[in-house]
Amino acid sequence: MLENALYGSRKYWIWIFGLLSVMAVGAVCYIWQYNMGLTITGLSRDVSWGFYIAQFTFLVGVAASAVMVVLPYYLHNYKAFAKITILGEFLAISSVTMCVMFIFVDMGQPFRIVNMFLHPSPKSMMLWDTVALNGYLLLNVLISYVTLRAERKSVAPPNWIKPIIILSIPWAVSIHTVTAFLYSGLSGRTFWFTAILAPRFLASAFASGPALLIIVCLILKKITKFDAGREPIQKLAIIAAYAMSLNVFFIALEFFTAFYSANPEHTIHLRYLYFGVGEGTSLVPFMWISTALALVALVLLLVPRLRKSETVLVWACVGVFLSIWIDKGMGMVVGGFVPNPLGKVIEYAPTLPELMISLSIYAFGLLIITVLYKIALSVRGQLKH
Amino acid sequence: MYDAGKIITGIVVFLLLVTSPVWYNLASGHSGDVPELELPAGETVCVAETSFMRAAHMNLLNQWRDEVVRNENRIYVSEDGREFNMSLTNTCLDCHSDKTKFCDRCHDYTMVDPYCWDCHIVPGGTN
Amino acid sequence: MSVDRRNFIKMAGVGAAIGLATKAGASTLTGKSGSYKPDYAASTAHRWAMVIDLRKMSEETIAGCAEACHKAHNVPRWDNAKDEIKWIWGEPYHNAFPAQENHHTKEDLAHKMVPVLCNHCDNPPCVRVCPTQATWRREDGIVMMDWHRCIGCRYCITACPYGSRSFNWRDPRPAIEEIDKTFPTRVRGVVEKCTFCNERLARGEQPACVEACEGGEIVFGDLEDPNSEVRNLLAEHFTIRRKTGLGTQPEIYYIV
Repeated sequence: MLENALYGSRKYWIWIFGLLSVMAVGAVCYIWQYNMGLTITGLSRDVSWGFYIAQFTFLVGVAASAVMVVLPYYLHNYKAFAKITILGEFLAISSVTMCVMFIFVDMGQPFRIVNMFLHPSPKSMMLWDTVALNGYLLLNVLISYVTLRAERKSVAPPNWIKPIIILSIPWAVSIHTVTAFLYSGLSGRTFWFTAILAPRFLASAFASGPALLIIVCLILKKITKFDAGREPIQKLAIIAAYAMSLNVFFIALEFFTAFYSANPEHTIHLRYLYFGVGEGTSLVPFMWISTALALVALVLLLVPRLRKSETVLVWACVGVFLSIWIDKGMGMVVGGFVPNPLGKVIEYAPTLPELMISLSIYAFGLLIITVLYKIALSVRGQLKH
Repeated sequence: MYDAGKIITGIVVFLLLVTSPVWYNLASGHSGDVPELELPAGETVCVAETSFMRAAHMNLLNQWRDEVVRNENRIYVSEDGREFNMSLTNTCLDCHSDKTKFCDRCHDYTMVDPYCWDCHIVPGGTN
Repeated sequence: MSVDRRNFIKMAGVGAAIGLATKAGASTLTGKSGSYKPDYAASTAHRWAMVIDLRKMSEETIAGCAEACHKAHNVPRWDNAKDEIKWIWGEPYHNAFPAQENHHTKEDLAHKMVPVLCNHCDNPPCVRVCPTQATWRREDGIVMMDWHRCIGCRYCITACPYGSRSFNWRDPRPAIEEIDKTFPTRVRGVVEKCTFCNERLARGEQPACVEACEGGEIVFGDLEDPNSEVRNLLAEHFTIRRKTGLGTQPEIYYIV
């Protein structure tokens, strides 16, 4: 099956080599970062987690969203999702790989990572996050390999894969819950110290993931012979609509708790992000763009006439994805660190090398997705002969 | 075998390349050289037997690290009853005062690059 | 015997895995030698704690404490807030004690600089979150650091409610003015903080900041020794601690 990735059109190879070039530049930047230290990023004593960890947090959500296609199809026999479960699983594989890479480039002494397994600390959520993420990766690799291989042979997948697929459903929920636990158990960081963080993460994941999957399916319809069909895309859009509604609702709940009580420890972070505090205003325009995108996209998704038009739908999905990316990938992590525990507003912005390394990890994720989707579609294409 | 000529040539070239360190060393005439260590004056034995230190000094150092940092023990009692303060810089390098004439000799020969010196200070500042 | 490509790759993979595991397993078979014991002069306690008398504290004293601490531990001096590493430093009163803030704080406190450092909490969140146990709480209360094991994930910095920890964003050596040869430096990529001078306690000495304060502004001792100076001070004076509502049980007490 793997050899299918080695045959492709000119455009396919230009895309692949483009991605490899971006990855090469990022690799050089990372070698510089490894030798020089993380000082080449925008991170500081006060904002010690930034762009890398934010991308990790966002991508765990995208990875978890595969459950939104797996659950209806495998648990409830929703036949319309038959053709796209593999796409969801491959998206999960690519996302989890990117997550692991973002963690790796963020670490000060990455080659000591073995210490985590030699001297495990069961109370640390980071250990469980590592276990959950790697387990989820393994599950998805196994499930997608077995089901695709069965499809290639035009037989049903073996029975023993069914309980493993069922296991991947709560496991998907758990990866994003445990990632939320990284943040929500810290009493010193009042922005994250809320029980609703995990539900917020899950809601935004189940909106951004299906939105991305819709965009990907519509791209595939344009550049390949693969057509997911109207019904799966519309169903995914409805899932994204409900999830996004919940996500926006949860954000509103956060605003209520903070501003109704006027508790400064809670209001200060939202004030920093949405209104600015003192001279710290760099994230304000982004947060309002995210809000505007969320509301417009929500209307486009909720109004049936608008949702049914695929031209409108693709923009709604872009809006959902970007809005949640800004919220999680820019606002959420940095917002927890500003102001610092001593009340000072010290801002953060990623540097060019930091962005380049991040871009190269995204390029690697795109490479994985391209190769895996090529394999899946080639296998399906071969069935027609 | 298809392309037998190319494959066998390829295998021979590969074997030559992969064994090149061996025949290069033989050809250079230095194959019998072993590193010469300058031992500290006045001392005849280290904190443990020479044969043990040669084989396992890194294991001993790791144990010392765990005992000092994690178990709050700072005194090492050797097999023959002598007591030492466990410190790489202040005990080991107190005797082996010139790292380049002792530690580095074997490390360079075996291409071992321990990163202890990133943190632990070398008296005389040669790192 | 004909082997197809897929099976060949599978066999190669399994063989490589077995080979690596054997190599890893073989390297654990080594002998042990000797035995270990604590330093004869070591100070011990059931629960180390510190009492800082803010009434006597001045900015100069704090600077002196910081100087002594940073010199003794080879803490680098970076002149930018981004790379900055500090184990003990001064903060304005309202930053150190946000929960105590009121609009009519008494004059001398409102403008006071407070020395802040790691609180060596009884219930430390940083210890809970460390994935490798590179930081842990000793029996005697000190929250200790193992710079060999730290992977630089900075989760402990995130978890600390007091901002006590610093990270080595770059190699510290160029920024250390005068290296103290009796104490190691750290390497880029690890987190560091005050360790209550555990190496000085092991020699029976007081922490560097305590010694640097000539007026007894900082007192250090065993909280569970009813006759210790720290206990006497706590019995006599009203003290506050930082962010007590979080449940961390910090063990630095401030006399106001």
